[in-house]
Amino acid sequence: MTTVPAAASARRPSSSALRRFLRAPSAWIGLGLMTLLVIGAVFAPQIAPQNPFDLAAIDVLDARMAPGSASMSGEITYWLGTDGQGRDLFSAILYGLRTSLTVGVGSAVLAGIIGILLGLIAAWSGGFVDALIMRLVDLLMSLPSILIALLMLALLGKGIGNVVLTLVLLEWAYYARTARAQALVERKRDYFEAARGLGLPISRILLRHVLPNCLPPLLVIAALQVARAITLEATLSFLGLGAPVTQPSLGLLIANGFQFMLSGEYWISFFPGLTLLAAIVAINLVGDRLREVLDPRALK
Amino acid sequence: MLGWLLQRVAQALLVIFAMSLVVFLGLHAVGNPADLLLAPDATQIDRAELVAQLGLDRPLWEQYLNFVGSALQGDLGRSFVYNVPAVTLILQRLPATLELAFAATIFAIILGVPLGLYAGLYPERAFSKLIQTGSILGFSLPTFWVGLLLIMTFSVSLGWLPASGRGETVRIFGVEWSFLTLNGWRHLLLPAINLSLFKVSLVIRLTRAGVREVLPLDYVRFARAKGLRRGRIVMMHILRNIMIPLVTVLGLELGSTIAFAVVTESIFAWPGSGKLILDSINALDRPVVMAYLLVVVTLFVIINLVVDILYRVLDPRVREEASA
Repeated sequence: MTTVPAAASARRPSSSALRRFLRAPSAWIGLGLMTLLVIGAVFAPQIAPQNPFDLAAIDVLDARMAPGSASMSGEITYWLGTDGQGRDLFSAILYGLRTSLTVGVGSAVLAGIIGILLGLIAAWSGGFVDALIMRLVDLLMSLPSILIALLMLALLGKGIGNVVLTLVLLEWAYYARTARAQALVERKRDYFEAARGLGLPISRILLRHVLPNCLPPLLVIAALQVARAITLEATLSFLGLGAPVTQPSLGLLIANGFQFMLSGEYWISFFPGLTLLAAIVAINLVGDRLREVLDPRALK
Repeated sequence: MLGWLLQRVAQALLVIFAMSLVVFLGLHAVGNPADLLLAPDATQIDRAELVAQLGLDRPLWEQYLNFVGSALQGDLGRSFVYNVPAVTLILQRLPATLELAFAATIFAIILGVPLGLYAGLYPERAFSKLIQTGSILGFSLPTFWVGLLLIMTFSVSLGWLPASGRGETVRIFGVEWSFLTLNGWRHLLLPAINLSLFKVSLVIRLTRAGVREVLPLDYVRFARAKGLRRGRIVMMHILRNIMIPLVTVLGLELGSTIAFAVVTESIFAWPGSGKLILDSINALDRPVVMAYLLVVVTLFVIINLVVDILYRVLDPRVREEASA
């Protein structure tokens, strides 16, 4: 979140925006939870008691053990239990979180770059190009996301790469709309005229002068889109259309536990779901707080 | 009004056209349909015959026109798996999905409106804060996980409700319905609650915001000054004004409810069209997938169009704004 003060510096001293951001307890909870999850995901190989995808490390005899039980060999305690193949669930969750966060953040960044560029182009060029881009945005935003996702995955085939592609397609519209609206406002400012008068190339004006001033609301969009992407990826993986079995995301872990839930072995689905929920809530808390601090309309 | 109507209809047709184009290209660009139909030991001559028979040797635009022509007659190809027309298959399964979507919408109204009213009328009470927090959770909780929790609680632990299928159905107009039997209701309840989760939150927020907006207006204060009972003011004056935007949003949401039923149907093994498309994607049964997408998008566009028109007809304020 170190980018917050830098982005807000366009209008007010950077330290005050950060200080205002941290004034609400929800921001602390969100940031704390988020840090914990990111550390868990990044250092999964170091933290996890076992590598859940190393077939030599897992033991089928340990399958479907309740939380807190010790492994047959007595080496590991399965604090969150094991899944159907005898994997330590805690380790599997850390690795799954890795996949989920990578997909969520990766697609949000890619979509952000594409969406912001197209939004700026639409605002700058106006006319036919603007109309074309914005109608496409309207179309994408009006159709239910799951429908577009099903279409894409039916056309491209299953797989995590195609899920990222689908998420980018679904998300860029939100950035484009906000970037365009902001850029249209910025176009009327004096500094824009001044930069034009200096004869600077338009690409430089848009990226170096206009874009930084558009960033605050885009940051809010980015935070909420990451949460949305993680949820949708989990949903698609749950439906069996996303992450492969060899690299399960949280959604697939939940799906794998579904069959055991009916026989009362709740933990295989429950704990990955709880982790997913924690990630979504953390990002939403931070995103909401960002909006309160950065969005001038929310100040009223 | 008429100009607006024509523009709106043109817009709807454009979306369907764009979708049909994507579906057509998807059907033909990704792999040659002839390869899927031919036996492995087919000769080049067999292949050429089939290609000619299917019209795959014609220019792409001509193929597209043929596709549109047969699509308009309700022919979107045969399912590879079931060997029946894809559209028939979809239409057989669609009632189950519609039943689920309507049940979810009704549930959202029954639960959401009273809670939203309460939170709007008494915003300072602790229970209202709880409702607010609950609605935020309803927006961010992943639907499929809530579905699992519902099964875990009500089917596995408590054993109150069944976790899968439609239960006993009654046949009316050649279509099976679950909501007419007690057993069917027991099967319908959990999936409907699961699907309505997002909508309940939406209705709570809309109702609450509407009440907060209308409460300080003159006509409400006047009604109160006239000495009307509080219940009458809420029901006749406040609720009536909130109903129009509420019904509009719920109507517009119906389309996405039908689309998102895919998730709920897969959890509760509800034999609707959403379950069908998932099975079809997994079985690479492309005609069914494409037919589903076309049917649902068309349904979606028509629902939105009708709701949009009704909204303008029902609310005189919007009508005048549109003609001004």
